[in-house]
Amino acid sequence: MAAAPGSADSSKGFLGWIDQRFPLTALWRSQVSEYYAPKNFNFWYYFGSLALLVLVNQLVTGIFLTMNYKPASAEAFASVEYIMRDVNWGWLIRYMHSTGASAFFIVIYLHMFRALLYGSHRKPRELLWIFGCLLFLVLMAEGFMGYVLPWGNMSFWGAQVITSLFGSLPVIGGTLVDWIRGDFVIADATLNRFFALHVAALPLALIFLVAAHLMALHEVGSNNPDGIEIKKHKGPDGHPLDGIPFHPYYTVKDLVGVMGFLVIFCGVIFFAPTFGDLFLESANFTPANPLQTPPHIAPVWYFTPFYAMLRAVPSFAGTQVWGVLVMGASIVVLFFVPWLDRSPVNSIRYRGPIYKIMLAIFVVAFITLGVCGLKPPAGIYPMLAKIGTVLYFAFFLLMPWYTRFDSVKPVPERVTGHD
Amino acid sequence: MSDDQVDHSRRRLLTAATTGVGAVGVVFAAVPFISSWQPSARAKALGAPVAVDGSKLEDGQMLKVVWRGQPVFVVRRSKAVVDALGNHNDQLADPNSEDSAQPSYIKDAGPARARNPEYWVGLAVCTHLGCSPLGAFEPNNAFQVAGTDLGQNWPGGFYCPCHGSKYDISGRVFKSMPAPKNLTVPSYTFAGDARIVIGEDESPKSA
Repeated sequence: MAAAPGSADSSKGFLGWIDQRFPLTALWRSQVSEYYAPKNFNFWYYFGSLALLVLVNQLVTGIFLTMNYKPASAEAFASVEYIMRDVNWGWLIRYMHSTGASAFFIVIYLHMFRALLYGSHRKPRELLWIFGCLLFLVLMAEGFMGYVLPWGNMSFWGAQVITSLFGSLPVIGGTLVDWIRGDFVIADATLNRFFALHVAALPLALIFLVAAHLMALHEVGSNNPDGIEIKKHKGPDGHPLDGIPFHPYYTVKDLVGVMGFLVIFCGVIFFAPTFGDLFLESANFTPANPLQTPPHIAPVWYFTPFYAMLRAVPSFAGTQVWGVLVMGASIVVLFFVPWLDRSPVNSIRYRGPIYKIMLAIFVVAFITLGVCGLKPPAGIYPMLAKIGTVLYFAFFLLMPWYTRFDSVKPVPERVTGHD
Repeated sequence: MSDDQVDHSRRRLLTAATTGVGAVGVVFAAVPFISSWQPSARAKALGAPVAVDGSKLEDGQMLKVVWRGQPVFVVRRSKAVVDALGNHNDQLADPNSEDSAQPSYIKDAGPARARNPEYWVGLAVCTHLGCSPLGAFEPNNAFQVAGTDLGQNWPGGFYCPCHGSKYDISGRVFKSMPAPKNLTVPSYTFAGDARIVIGEDESPKSA
């Protein structure tokens, strides 16, 4: 254990043969067995490794789905039904993939919330956070295009609505929409290119960004629930006093998280794969029909908070572009959080009441927006969506002020809760 | 070789020139890939504008043509019908087409919703669930369509047999109908007095 990475103790045998040609032992040590993580990780720290697990699930099940799926408008819907009915275990592979998509967003939303709790976005982890925001953006594109592939009626009309958003941009709008669709309507060309992006281009981008995210994490070291730098107090061996090797300590701990996750994940796959119309919408069990709009077009649940913000903004000066800009801004603002947060402390444990209240309001606003985006824009929902949109942006845009003036508690030198 | 023997400014110039030429090459090489996303020649052919000769229609007659896979109505209207269009605005859900889909020049055309009030052009797709409405142009009591009496005050228009949505002869939906919006009007233009080109919206050419 104590040997430095790449030292001579592994130079014998087969491993030694490899190590002389490829830094296998050195990589294993620097990234896993001698990557020192804070010893006070709690429940919230499961979601990073779970995101990796879900990514692997999506890649493996996705590869097997492409073996039977046909990315053509005339065949796509039938090929998905073929997978569901005739391919051995096809239903399982498809439900693992469709449930995995929703699980991905649940895990990522909780992972991002953890960062806001403990200040994981703050210096020196700004770039780590930005890689994460890019991952979220690519994941949204991946989720949207994946939802178009079954070529159900909600696929078709969802694609219709979302690609039309680009048409509201001034001057270039119409040309841009035709360029994205590859036709004057959502058509075979659109489905075919969305397939190419969904199975090749975007997964490559995801894998590249995950690698960058992990490299940045291992460069700066993990944050922790106390939000203090464990590297400030190192033992005589040069390792942080409050750190423990990722393997075996956190590999084993994360396995517990994996067990808990798989119990819920399998429960959904086997007993509620549509999850009450949330994970798979019933309108998508009828084939795409360009002549028949579903009575109510709602995106899948993970997009509804942003869709609600899009609808909450009224058209002004004869254009709908404002809603599109607000929806875009709701994502772009995430990239700036490391610089909007001016608090002298990282973790919510040592922040004052204002941040706690604002974060609670933000969570309520986000969930409210999610509900509003699922409902038709009638009754109380348009007003709720407007209020939710204002609160969503208030959390971010007022952050430079309320984090600076908020009271703080003294931050301990060493992590708490473990002796 | 020591550092001072190297002509750094010349090396920088060469590096910059190579980078510049390389970048221009990348831009040109990107053109085919970006352009490949444009609608293909086949898509363009299938999406080409459709020309209709409206002069063969009598007043109150309708022609249905297919454009980009969707049925399109062309209706010829008499002056009396057009003049009466403003009289029933209070019975309509969206008389000024604020929430409906049409080119701006159609929205600005008022109750006629047409570039030339004599001809009404619109998609034959009910905004409720996409059925194709039927023409029911004869006003008042006498007209029956799909077994339904449209009543004494029927001003003439369209009736959707699936769920009973009613539109006036400009495709504007009546209040309390299943359909939420007026019938969609595609972009179109006139090439001559009665030659309607559906799918193009250049300003009308003078006849």
